[in-house]
Amino acid sequence: MTQTPDIPTEDHGDQGHPPHLAHHFETPKQQFESGKFGMWLFLATEILMFGGLFCAYSVYRGNHPETFIYGHVFLETKWGAINTIILLASSLTMAWGVRASQLGQQKLLLWMLALTFIGGLGFMGIKTIEYRSKISHNLFVGSMNAFYFTGDQPKNIEARDHAVGYGKDHHGVHPVHEDDETHTGNVSGISGISGREKVDHPVDAAMVEQNVSAHGDATASIEAAPTDLEGLADESKILTASNGPAGIEPQFFTVPVVSGDSRVRSAAEANTTHKSLEYEDLTPLQQERVHIFFQIYFLMTGLHGIHVLVGMVLILYLFIKSLSGAFGPAYFTPVDLIGLYWHLVDLIWIFLFPLLYLIH
Amino acid sequence: MSVITKRTPTDIFGKPIEVDRKNYLTEQKGLWSWLTTLDHKRICLLYMISVLSAFALGGLFAMLLRTELISAGPTLPGVIGQGQGNDKVWNQYNQLFTLHGAVMVFMFIIPGVPAILGNFALPLMLGAKDVAFPRMNLMSWYCWVAGAFFFVLVLLTKGLDTGWTFYAPYSTETTTAATLAVAGVFILGFSSILTGINFIASIHMLRAKGMGWTQLPLFLWGLYATGVIQVLATPVLAITLLLLIAERTLGVGIFDPDKGGDPVLFQHFFWFYSHPAVYIMILPGMGVISEVIATFSRKHIFGYGFIAASSVAIAILGFLVWGHHMFTSGQSPMANMIFSFITFSVAIPSAIKVFNWLATMYKGSIRLATPMLYALGFIWMFTIGGLTGVFLAALSVDIHLHDTYFVVAHFHYVMVGSMVFAFLAGMYYWWPKMFGKMYHERMGQIAAVVVFLGFNLTFFIQFIAGSQGMPRRYADYPPEFAVYHFWSTIGSYILGIGMLMILYNWVHSLLKGETAPANPWGSNSLEWHTVSPPPHENFRSDPPVTDPYDLSRWRYDPDVGGYILDEDKEPEERQALYV
Repeated sequence: MTQTPDIPTEDHGDQGHPPHLAHHFETPKQQFESGKFGMWLFLATEILMFGGLFCAYSVYRGNHPETFIYGHVFLETKWGAINTIILLASSLTMAWGVRASQLGQQKLLLWMLALTFIGGLGFMGIKTIEYRSKISHNLFVGSMNAFYFTGDQPKNIEARDHAVGYGKDHHGVHPVHEDDETHTGNVSGISGISGREKVDHPVDAAMVEQNVSAHGDATASIEAAPTDLEGLADESKILTASNGPAGIEPQFFTVPVVSGDSRVRSAAEANTTHKSLEYEDLTPLQQERVHIFFQIYFLMTGLHGIHVLVGMVLILYLFIKSLSGAFGPAYFTPVDLIGLYWHLVDLIWIFLFPLLYLIH
Repeated sequence: MSVITKRTPTDIFGKPIEVDRKNYLTEQKGLWSWLTTLDHKRICLLYMISVLSAFALGGLFAMLLRTELISAGPTLPGVIGQGQGNDKVWNQYNQLFTLHGAVMVFMFIIPGVPAILGNFALPLMLGAKDVAFPRMNLMSWYCWVAGAFFFVLVLLTKGLDTGWTFYAPYSTETTTAATLAVAGVFILGFSSILTGINFIASIHMLRAKGMGWTQLPLFLWGLYATGVIQVLATPVLAITLLLLIAERTLGVGIFDPDKGGDPVLFQHFFWFYSHPAVYIMILPGMGVISEVIATFSRKHIFGYGFIAASSVAIAILGFLVWGHHMFTSGQSPMANMIFSFITFSVAIPSAIKVFNWLATMYKGSIRLATPMLYALGFIWMFTIGGLTGVFLAALSVDIHLHDTYFVVAHFHYVMVGSMVFAFLAGMYYWWPKMFGKMYHERMGQIAAVVVFLGFNLTFFIQFIAGSQGMPRRYADYPPEFAVYHFWSTIGSYILGIGMLMILYNWVHSLLKGETAPANPWGSNSLEWHTVSPPPHENFRSDPPVTDPYDLSRWRYDPDVGGYILDEDKEPEERQALYV
């Protein structure tokens, strides 16, 4: 869109070079381009680092889809969406600030930096609200999480029950079950089907077709399982990906759920009045794994939050330096580079938000 | 011993220059000027002292663990480590091999050539005054120091016994100072990343006028490929280590199957970095070898384009083979086969380099100076190390050899036999330029032979021990392996003595070395176009750029003790020269 203004390519100034030109560069232009190049390289490292976390997310989501579907009720999409808008807006103000510095528009630059900083504050504020509400319901990391099991039992059963209740209320609906015996969890997707061999089962496209046409809708996320118990024991009817690590079979397409009448039905069927699973619909093994969702959530958003804080410190630095008019058409490199960093922080959130808050 | 009158320092035309002329060493005085320097050459020396100290420490651990293994049963007294009696000795052994590996890998070999030789030579070879980001360069060194500080804390507290690979579940459960160590490695990783960013940016942005990509010396191609790996792979280690710390401190359960996690996931994350890391280790060394072989064969390097391209190919392919460390971890056969296949193919660019080096030597005028001896040793040992890597890439063979001494011997052949030898070749090669002093040639050659013999005795026999079934990381063994261990330990002592000889040679050179001319070896890359040691800003102006392997312009002058240019024929050189 806009072009970077012509940075001076000739030396000028008292000592034969401009004050901001480092001695090992020939021209300010070379200095600026080198700095920008170096910044892009650094951003590549940040992407790789978060990439590892996204990879962990994919592995765990793939291995424990029900857990993630359930855990998702605890996140408030409203706050996530507001945060997304805040960060996008702050990226706009940051970019505008970079442009202002390129054109020597001091006041505009100061305003834009201030607004960006405030955006960061808003983001961290909402993060605080979200984290606090989770912590107050015992939903933090590690053993501070209500769903954390030690051995077979939750570390703190009361806290867990409270958290489950919170999840129900949180989602604003009440469960409707066909009968009270909802907890025969041992015939379900993950493990525990006796006699079931763990073999490689590449997802069979034909079977997906079959299932889709059989149930008449094309939602790929949750497909109905075969509707009888014998069908469940027949592995060929279960769509699974190949064995995941630790012998656990991830199931991408079926979330068979068993209610008291032993009729296997899809998660969608089970919860006809609301969109996600209830805690009771999970098997005991899946219930043990619910805390993993929160670990991933806190690690990803926590690391991201740390990066937002670092960005805010850098923007504060820019603001303070701008007060004394440090940046102008001849030298705006730090504004440009920190702007790039801020855009990356925003971009990472753009990926985090749908993965954590939106998909279910 | 007769008093040797030192030669006067000379420039590239063989003209004497003032003895008291300021150079980067004498430019500023005082410790503070060193600790706050932005001069890449001084930063090289900061790294040299610190990294070589780490090498000595890692080597000490190696000598201790080999001494433990010289005979079956406990040998050393149990000084460090947990437990009582013999258990203490065995736990101490675990600490020794862990600390040896961690110190050597993270504090010596990964920074090694790039931080020391790269920092010195890269800007000079580019005809630049410094790297692109000198302050970041200094920060890289401070990151190294901070990481090293964490390791010192580890040594002073509970030590570390997880193996340098930190595999879960043991690393998540051990009561040794694993969290401290992992934090130290995390910080060291930033040293590596920042160096990589600096070098890539420098090569892109600071080349002298007229220097295109095909006029870069091959050392720079090696550093460039290394930088790419440093930038892309090290962050994955960073997140792996953060996850490990989270696991240890918060108990998140990411690697714990009991909590829905997966210990093999740790291996995937860890090796996704650590395999490319071994290419971080070797690629700069290969770059050094290209320079040394061409110079000491008095010949243009053969197959410049192929060598450059194979550096890049190794960097790319190196990202695709991490699973070959995990053939026995329970991966699917399909994954195993794919990793095995790609591992075979990553050997090809390495072999291409070896063929090009041999072709460079063919019909060359070979001078067996100390750097060349190390380069020749490199070729021998890299061939063995590389080929045994190919053996290990074969699935069926690896099932038998995984976690045996065969693997230990393989990686020591590539990391020590190849990489350390390349590092030493580079140190001896650039030594005169760095310090303005020659080292004692005969002593250097003898030390090279001692190190070569000691290394081969130590590690060749380990191939045999491994194929006979001796497992790695074992503190004790049944009697049938005793002969292998005995001779391996003897070899390690010889290797240690050789290293001490090298150290003596270097110290002697600093104290009493003959004055070095500007170009003792007759190479044509740009660092030899300035005086030894270089002035602070390297060149007065952009030196003229020619093919770095065109050695024909230089002729040997015995009075100068090196190679000089004809002044009448080189007006541009005269201008660029700092006098």
